Amino acid sequence: METVYLDNNSTTPMHPDVIELMAKHMVSTYGNPSSVHKLGQEAKVLMEESREKVANLLGAKSSEIYFTSGGTEADNIAVKGAALRGLKQNKNHVITSQIEHHAVLESVHYLEKNGFEATLIGCNHDGVVSIDELKNALRPETAIASVMMANNETGVIQPIKEMASVCHAAGVPFHTDAVQAVGKIPVNVEDLGVDMLSLSGHKIYGPKGIGVIYIKKGTKITPLSHGGSHERRKRAGTENVISIIGLAKAMEIAIGKLEKEQARMRELSEYFITAVQSAIPEVYLNGSRETRIPSTVNLSFKGVEGEAIILSLDIKGIEVSSGSACTSGSLEASHVLKAMNTDVLLAQGSIRFSMGKDTTKEQLEYTVSVLPEIITRLRKMSAAYQNPA
Amino acid sequence: MNRANQDKHVLVAMSGGVDSSVALYLLHEQGYTVSGATMKLWDYKDVGGEDHARADGGCCDLNAINNARAVCDKLGVRHYVLDFSGIFRQTVIENFVSEYRRGRTPNPCVLCNTKIKWEKFLERARGIGCDYIATGHYAITGIDEATGRSFLDRGKDWTKDQAYALWGVTQDALAHTLLPLGPLTKEETRAIAAGAGLKTACVPESMEICFVADNNYERFIREYVNMEIPKGDIVTEEGKVVGEHKGIPFYTVGQRKGLGIAHPTPLYVKKIDVEANRVIVGEKQSVHASEFTVSDLNWVSKTPTVETFSGNVQIRYNHRACPAMVIPQQDNRLLVRFSDPQPAITPGQSAVVFDGDRILVGGIID
Repeated sequence: METVYLDNNSTTPMHPDVIELMAKHMVSTYGNPSSVHKLGQEAKVLMEESREKVANLLGAKSSEIYFTSGGTEADNIAVKGAALRGLKQNKNHVITSQIEHHAVLESVHYLEKNGFEATLIGCNHDGVVSIDELKNALRPETAIASVMMANNETGVIQPIKEMASVCHAAGVPFHTDAVQAVGKIPVNVEDLGVDMLSLSGHKIYGPKGIGVIYIKKGTKITPLSHGGSHERRKRAGTENVISIIGLAKAMEIAIGKLEKEQARMRELSEYFITAVQSAIPEVYLNGSRETRIPSTVNLSFKGVEGEAIILSLDIKGIEVSSGSACTSGSLEASHVLKAMNTDVLLAQGSIRFSMGKDTTKEQLEYTVSVLPEIITRLRKMSAAYQNPA
Repeated sequence: MNRANQDKHVLVAMSGGVDSSVALYLLHEQGYTVSGATMKLWDYKDVGGEDHARADGGCCDLNAINNARAVCDKLGVRHYVLDFSGIFRQTVIENFVSEYRRGRTPNPCVLCNTKIKWEKFLERARGIGCDYIATGHYAITGIDEATGRSFLDRGKDWTKDQAYALWGVTQDALAHTLLPLGPLTKEETRAIAAGAGLKTACVPESMEICFVADNNYERFIREYVNMEIPKGDIVTEEGKVVGEHKGIPFYTVGQRKGLGIAHPTPLYVKKIDVEANRVIVGEKQSVHASEFTVSDLNWVSKTPTVETFSGNVQIRYNHRACPAMVIPQQDNRLLVRFSDPQPAITPGQSAVVFDGDRILVGGIID
């Protein structure tokens, strides 16, 4: 049975060129970049070349690029680091949105438990975070505002440029979690005007366990890990040189193909949405159809639990995720769909199809061909669908 | 390898122990298309007791899930974790606590089998297109050609005696159930697991109530209820106060140990009077009885009847079924009359009527 992988927002297969490059350096580049000797120097040079490459691809300076263990650590450094730093100026308030990834939400929650106040701003039914709410939430004591660039569940793109400028007008630094955006839509830190930006390697055909926090020159944060003077004293710990090399290569490939891939993804996803909706009644797209990372399609199948669909698709070789953190019995819907005020019966039956570089029209046609039987079977068993309240 | 089985997809309920692992292995060997699934029923953060729990955790902890997944991976089949913790709490745990508070002694395994495994799990299996569910219970099921009903028999290994806890499974559910361990003994199961190199071959037996991780059900009920549980008198049948009880939920009919009474002869809990908040005790002979009624019936191998019949009746997990007359009542109950008086017929426990190895009907003791 062929596997159809439609879970690229969770992680992606590594690009063969990235594997080849990393494999080569795993053999030869084992030096510690902090070492004085030649082997260390070689590692250092390769790492700094990678930093330079990442900086160029983002429109940043290489001194503004800090390597981390991934998107989660980057988000933690940005949100908690800026908040702790703000404390020195008696700032004890942070702002984020209700639709963030848990890396940001839980960081904010941690700050709340430790004396900070937090405002979680909402979004509209299309999944776009409200600039007005952001404006109203800003206070003189706000240490950091953080809103993601593209949502991981719906793919909806947020008005980051406007938000950054609103925050700056109030003297508040702005961070964006761009883990789902980099390599999929154009991302330029200067153009966006953000102070900090997170990204991750494994979402764009690079290795797992590597990420970046961009910190604009002059932005003050308190480091969270302490040790050696790595990463300009902002992130202690011997650098993951091989993965850094892999990340830079992966970014280079993804951003190089971005325009062409974006058009292809747009075409595939438009086909997919239309085909599923014409094959099955009462299927709804969650989030804006236009302002969306084109490779992400979040569909709600009315009256059916997402988990049952995921398992049924898996048995047919199709790998997807639920847009919801749904648990059987308790019909807990995803926090993102909740914030979008999605009908409960729809939210519990949401599935995220996220396409990638290896996704083909044939794979989507196969998916469209197996879905009706699954949904019909599950709807027959669904009391909620048979007898709507 | 049976080719006919290939079209049949079985979802095997895997606890992470040896029995369900071998169940999966055997069905896989028999040519079925199998997938494994581990039910997440509770979490330490909700049920407490983690500090006192066994190091290996038992079912539902991450270790168990990882073990089940490792077995599936070895056989190259899929494995899922199904979160039933919400419905488990609403049905099994809620009932466990409320029964004790009503002075009764529940059997949560029976309710879990009936309401979770053979209802919710089966429903999920059907939802993903499976034809059968399977478990590692030592019991035998099949179709009785004479009656057209699904029967349920004790497994070959009487020491395991797991048919008893399955009396509540409906006919429809039984017809979609495979129990591959029925013809095996526990030793044979372990040998198969070891021979197949299954990681779970040596996982120790879990005997306690799974969600009471530290086996301290008083601690569990106190934490769950989270309010003062009133103490009261322990009295004899004549009404003489002989001690103080620490709360109605912490006693069970037939109990002798832990009463904290100084008395020349051993005393047993005879009855729990919730209204008067009293625990009534008596001499050993006085806790024996011959007659009781049973509610919430499920007719298993026997076609429902209003006529009196005889059978061997088992009244708790470790009780040896004894001869009795079973007299159906008008209100959907059974009156059971033992040939010889039995000790500690405990309200809330399951009474199961057997004909030899075969379960005829089961219910809850009033």
